[in-house]
Amino acid sequence: MSILDIRDLVIRTADGRTLVDHLSLSLAPGERLGLIGESGSGKSLTSLAVLGLLPEGMTMSGSIELGDTQIVGASERQLIRVRGHDAAIVFQEPLTALDPLMRVGRQIAEPLGRRRGLKGTALKRAVTAALEQVRLPEPERIARAFPHEISGGQRQRVALAMALACDPRLLIADEPTTALDVTVQSELLDLLDALVREREMAVLFVSHDLAVVAKVAERVLVLKDGRAVEEGAVRDIVNAPREQYTKTLVDSARQLESALVQRSGR
Amino acid sequence: MARYLLRRFAFLLVSLALASVVLFVLLRMLPGDPANALTSVGASAEQIAAARESIGSDKPLPEQFAHWIGQLVRGDLGTSFISSLPVGPEVSARLNVTLPLTAAAFALAVLIAVPAGFVAAYRRRTWYGALLSGISQLGIAIPVFWLGMILIAVFALNARWLPAGSFPPDGWAQPGEASRSLVLPVVTIALVMSASLIRYVRSATLDVLDSDYLRTARALGSSFGQAMWRHGMRNASVPVISILGIELASTLLGAVVVESVFALPGLGSMLATGIAQHDYPVIQGVLFISTLAVLIIGFAADLIQRIIDPRLRAGLSGGVR
Repeated sequence: MSILDIRDLVIRTADGRTLVDHLSLSLAPGERLGLIGESGSGKSLTSLAVLGLLPEGMTMSGSIELGDTQIVGASERQLIRVRGHDAAIVFQEPLTALDPLMRVGRQIAEPLGRRRGLKGTALKRAVTAALEQVRLPEPERIARAFPHEISGGQRQRVALAMALACDPRLLIADEPTTALDVTVQSELLDLLDALVREREMAVLFVSHDLAVVAKVAERVLVLKDGRAVEEGAVRDIVNAPREQYTKTLVDSARQLESALVQRSGR
Repeated sequence: MARYLLRRFAFLLVSLALASVVLFVLLRMLPGDPANALTSVGASAEQIAAARESIGSDKPLPEQFAHWIGQLVRGDLGTSFISSLPVGPEVSARLNVTLPLTAAAFALAVLIAVPAGFVAAYRRRTWYGALLSGISQLGIAIPVFWLGMILIAVFALNARWLPAGSFPPDGWAQPGEASRSLVLPVVTIALVMSASLIRYVRSATLDVLDSDYLRTARALGSSFGQAMWRHGMRNASVPVISILGIELASTLLGAVVVESVFALPGLGSMLATGIAQHDYPVIQGVLFISTLAVLIIGFAADLIQRIIDPRLRAGLSGGVR
């Protein structure tokens, strides 16, 4: 029994252009799948479609089964029940993903309160715990801070804490580290990896960067122009890419790596 | 916050001082002599000189200015050249008409523009959303006096529901009568003001609808209404408040047109009469009070924005503009 099952998903713009073309994928509980492709390949749209959050005017057909809910054609009411419960998402840009006018603590309290029915001091304690759990130092101070008062890495940890606060069965991470510095990036990946393993949470990890995907995912699906070109275990894809496009992806990741090896004089 | 308030207050005083200099000097650069208004046509040179002496316009300008500022500091707006009555009490009597007029029009405009602007943004792909945007575009092009005359023609002359103009001589002593005579002017200003406000509310709402934080809230299980209530309204209000400040100030200054159309004894018509008669103390008094009001409105708008937006408090420009 899979927790996410996408069959023949087609996403079209209002003027009829096809952005995602008959995409199928499925995720078992606790499984971690990387969705990789360049910008415009439809990977972020796919992740938004899973939560029924496509931009206005876009339409989808096919089937997305998330838990027991069919997302394609679902009412807003059904979608609200699913969002945050069956799946939660961490977005790419942590500065704009948080409300600039609201203290971080209150923003985390929102899904926490809704999900667990907490109020008052209990809710406050849960917020602190949520911030501690994403390894933020001085959680009380961070809870009182506004998003512009903390660093990019800290903001993304807050966003991660908000998603985890819902205790979803599936975590969707849409390029969660792309906007971050490289050093912060790898810390956050380690953290995400550890947290989802602890919880045996399934992950749909969307990225354009094969190295980043390899760090978190065990299986990868390569997307090009809205179509799945190749799918398999990360190890197999990296060692023996079958499709030309996948080869290019692997080669460019390797080139960066070899440049590093060369320059370091080894 | 205390430092900000202090700085902002100092700024207000400096602006007010500069504005008084400018309005004093500009007024005296206008052609015409107030003494002419006091004397009859064909008056002799001696009569005119006597008239100048009686109102003090024969003295050097710096001395006249110092005299005026000296009065202002004591809270005295001076004495009319023409009626020899003090300007201050007259201004406050006129404010009894202009302030309720402006405040009610402003409140009505906000009540119209906020929901209409929201619908124009949220339902922009429907026919009524587009219609609202269209009406607002059209409304911006409508002059206040023209709308005022149309409303008079329809509701006062034809339907005879409301008075075409004028204000009861004993003012608010007759609250029913006084309110009735303000209805059409208030509606006139409010409709014109809301036309441009709808545009700003619409664009602020579009920004919010398009924002990542709204998407985050919904992605984690908020309904659209909850997300809009908790995150959308506050964020949209920041840019709208600065526009509201500007609109309120310009309505106060623009009241002269509506007051003329509806024959209301407000601050605007006092200014118009003052200008016609070269009555410097009256013009100066009205403009000084208006400037003060505009500065205070700007101050208030700024303060409210800072209370809402922590980025402004931190001295960051934030996402406001």
